Amino acid sequence: MKDLFFLIPFFPLLGFLIIGLLWKKFPKNITSIIGCGSVGISTVVAFLSVFDWARHSIHHPIFKELFIWIPAGELPTKFFGLKPLILSFSFQLDSLSALMVLFVTFVGFWIHIYSIGYMHEDEGYNRFFAYLNLFMFSMLILVLADNFPLMFIGWEGVGLCSYLLIGFYYKEEWPQNAGKKAFITNRVGDWGFLIGMFFIFYIFGSLKYEEVFKGAIDKPEKFAPFATIICIFLFIGATGKSAQIPLYVWLPDAMAGPTPVSALIHAATMVTAGVYMVSRCNPLYRLSPSAMLVVAIIGCITALFAATMGIAQRDIKKVLAYSTISQLGYMFLSAGVGAYFYAMFHVLTHAFFKACLFLGSGSVIHACHTNDIMEMGGLKKYMKTTHWTFLLATLAISGFPFFSGFFSKDGILSSVFSFGLHHSIGYILYSIALITAIITAFYMGRVYFITFWGEYRGKGHPHESPKSMVSALVVLGVLSLIGGFIGLPGEKYNLFSKFLEPVIPLKEGLTEPPHHLPFKTEAILIIVSVIVALLGLYFAYRLYVKDKEWNFVKNFISKYPFLYKIVFNKYYVDEFYGMTVVSGVVKGSEKLANFDLKGIDGAVNAIRHATVGTSLFSGFFDLRFVDGIVNLVANLLGWGGNLWRKIQTGVVQHYAFILTFGIFSLITIYLIFF
Amino acid sequence: MDFLFKLPILSVITYIPLLGALLIVLVNKENKKAIKFIATFASGLSFLISCFLWFGYDFTREGLEIFQFIEKTSWIPSLGVQYYFGIDGIALLLVLLTTLLSFISVYCSFTAITFREKEYYALLLILETGMLGVFCSLDFFLFYLFWEIMLVPMYFLIGVWGSERKLYAAIKFFLYTLLGSVLMLLGILALYFYNTTGFLGFEGLGNQPTLDILHFHKIGGLIPYNLQFWIFLAFFIGFAIKVPMFPFHTWLPDAHVEAPTAGSVILAGILLKMGTYGFVRFSLPIMPEATKEMVPYLVTLSIIAIIYGALVAMAQPDMKKLIANSSVSHLGFVTLGIFALNQSGIEGATLQMINHGISTGGLFLLVGIIYERRHTKLINAFGGLSFSMPDYAIYFMVIALSSMGLPGMNGFVGEFTILIGAFHKNWFWALLAGAGIVLGAAYLLWMYQRVFYGKLEKEENKNLPDLNLREKLTLIPLIILIFWIGLYPRPFFKRMENSVKYIVKIVEPNYFTKGEIK
Repeated sequence: MKDLFFLIPFFPLLGFLIIGLLWKKFPKNITSIIGCGSVGISTVVAFLSVFDWARHSIHHPIFKELFIWIPAGELPTKFFGLKPLILSFSFQLDSLSALMVLFVTFVGFWIHIYSIGYMHEDEGYNRFFAYLNLFMFSMLILVLADNFPLMFIGWEGVGLCSYLLIGFYYKEEWPQNAGKKAFITNRVGDWGFLIGMFFIFYIFGSLKYEEVFKGAIDKPEKFAPFATIICIFLFIGATGKSAQIPLYVWLPDAMAGPTPVSALIHAATMVTAGVYMVSRCNPLYRLSPSAMLVVAIIGCITALFAATMGIAQRDIKKVLAYSTISQLGYMFLSAGVGAYFYAMFHVLTHAFFKACLFLGSGSVIHACHTNDIMEMGGLKKYMKTTHWTFLLATLAISGFPFFSGFFSKDGILSSVFSFGLHHSIGYILYSIALITAIITAFYMGRVYFITFWGEYRGKGHPHESPKSMVSALVVLGVLSLIGGFIGLPGEKYNLFSKFLEPVIPLKEGLTEPPHHLPFKTEAILIIVSVIVALLGLYFAYRLYVKDKEWNFVKNFISKYPFLYKIVFNKYYVDEFYGMTVVSGVVKGSEKLANFDLKGIDGAVNAIRHATVGTSLFSGFFDLRFVDGIVNLVANLLGWGGNLWRKIQTGVVQHYAFILTFGIFSLITIYLIFF
Repeated sequence: MDFLFKLPILSVITYIPLLGALLIVLVNKENKKAIKFIATFASGLSFLISCFLWFGYDFTREGLEIFQFIEKTSWIPSLGVQYYFGIDGIALLLVLLTTLLSFISVYCSFTAITFREKEYYALLLILETGMLGVFCSLDFFLFYLFWEIMLVPMYFLIGVWGSERKLYAAIKFFLYTLLGSVLMLLGILALYFYNTTGFLGFEGLGNQPTLDILHFHKIGGLIPYNLQFWIFLAFFIGFAIKVPMFPFHTWLPDAHVEAPTAGSVILAGILLKMGTYGFVRFSLPIMPEATKEMVPYLVTLSIIAIIYGALVAMAQPDMKKLIANSSVSHLGFVTLGIFALNQSGIEGATLQMINHGISTGGLFLLVGIIYERRHTKLINAFGGLSFSMPDYAIYFMVIALSSMGLPGMNGFVGEFTILIGAFHKNWFWALLAGAGIVLGAAYLLWMYQRVFYGKLEKEENKNLPDLNLREKLTLIPLIILIFWIGLYPRPFFKRMENSVKYIVKIVEPNYFTKGEIK
């Protein structure tokens, strides 16, 4: 069974082709069966093959080469002389890709099920499932690839699907703009990724993970000087896909897509691709402490920055979007301090609770027909299951003890703290992460209380969602509750770290892995993070439930309108980009086009005019001067001819006279001179 | 199948269209069906026979053996002119692209051309013969002959069947490219005299007079640098105008905008490749020293073309003009790959020539389809077309994605190989050129959004008929090629590999023996 793992991506591809080529003709229920069925089969194959493989040995990845993709000649490399550039279509199953495959197919499957209910009324139903299946295919290629370029196919493929699905409602203009923004911003990142790949080939003479990482692990001293530049370029790619500073701006706008898309692509799977890539490249990052520090700092700042933006949003999906950016920041922070495996652990738990939150918000939006939390309220009475699952996921993301997010977040916080033992900046990062945790708990509590507590403020009568939606909510809600137990703290019980060890070793490399803290310190850190989570939730409860009229919040806003406005408008970063980069490019292109027309083409036309002018002038010259001379000669000849003609009268007497005159003259001349 | 290879197959492929043109001349001009039939049949037959080249070409041969299907007889002995046909792997791919695109161009013109059909199809077929002749010739005289023949039908195609400013565009195209070819002729003459008696104080090699291109490949290295430089410059201007490289590109948008659809397809798909093919066939092997010396300038121009072309494309209000400027950007990638002077760069460039023919040819076909329905190609005349023409929207999306180099489609394979080749020469080049990938997505998606999305507001766009079967048939071969090259380009690389190695070995003799080249 394990040898069939390479088939996993192809079922959704088949689904896409069937629905995509015949999408006009299928009734909705057939589309649902094909769309969900293909992902379902993938999920089953994924579980069977991974368990089969794991039972034998998780220390030996298995490979499957399908065919050679690009054999593009030989290139001179830094250390290995002339190396052939051969890229192949080949897959790899190791513990990291196994982990990704399992949760991508599983969460993906339930989101497909959820979509049956959510999209039921939509006229683009078939198109939606076709795109969703294409997305699953690309995402699975991304995680199963055994070399960078194949990963890049998936990497851009998911970007394409994201573009298509964000702009799914293509009658309106703003989803289109959001989709375009997402695609182009991602392309900026991909540009960096591409250059990073070229560097890898130049230094390591290969683009296959196995060969590259083996080189990095075996001869760290040799490759370390080049690791920083490689890692920074790869990280630029990650900031695009995983929405980190400075390329995060596309993700909040991406909420224009249907909610299941936000859950699947913009929360659970695609946006974590950057974290996956950095963790996958951990042997490279470990060679460069400075690159890791950059990752940690960017992640940490993004986490705080995005969390503060989440406080003031009114759109329920926007809050979740900022929270996703913030949580992704946590993951990068974790990877940056060397705790790759906590980063992956958070990827997993985040997939559960954030997908659950998004699907919950979708369920609420489905019921209230609005995204604005100010027009909701009191929904716990009307939507019992949605309410309970949303509560579970909220507690999980806030880090409430023994929920899934608690374990992963606590692991990250203590790793960052222990990083402080090597590098004093670690303590600063730790305090920022702690502040972020309290803000996270607060804004999630805010959304929860405003939406589900108090009185209903909207129009119509909200009702619980259909079964297909509720079932997905329950599954993900339960996982948000219990999903963390596979990664209990402490080496002994941590199944998760044992599973990932072959790919993410605890030691090796130039940078130190996070220290093991003494039990006491560990316990104190856990208590601190629990207090922080409870505090954040309590503040939210205090401000939005206890204080029924929200007086404190209202007073605060009227007292400091400036502060509120800045946060509500997301620090005007979008406006700043719009004014500088976007309008710079657009205006620049207009100016260049004008220059092209007036300047370059102008020069060409000037040459044309000059040529035409010269020819006109020479025509004139020709006519008056050259031809004039010709005519002059002709005229002279004519004049002479006329003169001559006058003599030739044809009268014999004249000739006789001239003859006589001539003879007479000659004789006269003779007589005078001789 | 064997009997085909006993025939002078290249001549057969080249002259079938010419024969078709002669036949069309004999037909009564009112008999439009017969004219169309002959044109389709002639270009189709030429395409079918050329497919045998794909299988018959032996890509395992090396050195001069890569030139195959040789036809060689003396033609004008006193000048050393030969009738000399033969193709290597690079020319093979271009010949196939030419026969395919010519066939599609004939097929797509059925409803677009409504007057003087007889002359139109005859000229289109003569043009095909000219283009095929250029790729097949291994003799300078023959090459130059076909090169000039090509100009005339193209001039008339733009000048007679074009849109509003057709005469301006046609004359501009003709004079501009003629200027280039005259300079190239000077270069050819210089080579010719240097090979024999010498001229202007350059002592000649004293060989028998010949115009055999492969002979010049052999003696290229012997030419002194200062002479190489001038010959290089003469050829360079000729080719740079044809490509077109920045800053010689301004004839292109005008010619494209005014040309009929088939004219644009052939212009973008094949005529532009003459320039890049010229670099690979002549400049690199015959003037290797001068080329190497000029690389920094050539690469600078290429990178400017990539970024500049993309930015200018973004600001265009006219779809055809946008695509024409995007060609400048894409051809910038091709020249970048060629002047990286390594195997990946040139292989990528060769593949990208094919890719550009497919993708940009496809985009011009698509714009032609909508132009036929609406008689405008201005972007803001549309909006919401995906509601009235859903199939059209899908085809357009696929071809646009291939043009912007989405992995899994053809454009990516070419761009990736070019960029990695350029990277190994100088990583900064690849970094700068990479900007073209970002901008490519920007201008195409922006155009797509304005044409296909949003509300369907304009009355005249509401009842547009979707693609008909004939139109789909013109596009489907291109879409098949897009995915074939995108997912399994190996057969293409195989066929060009040794031909590219042959050129790299002439330019960088130590490339394959030494590892490090600095």
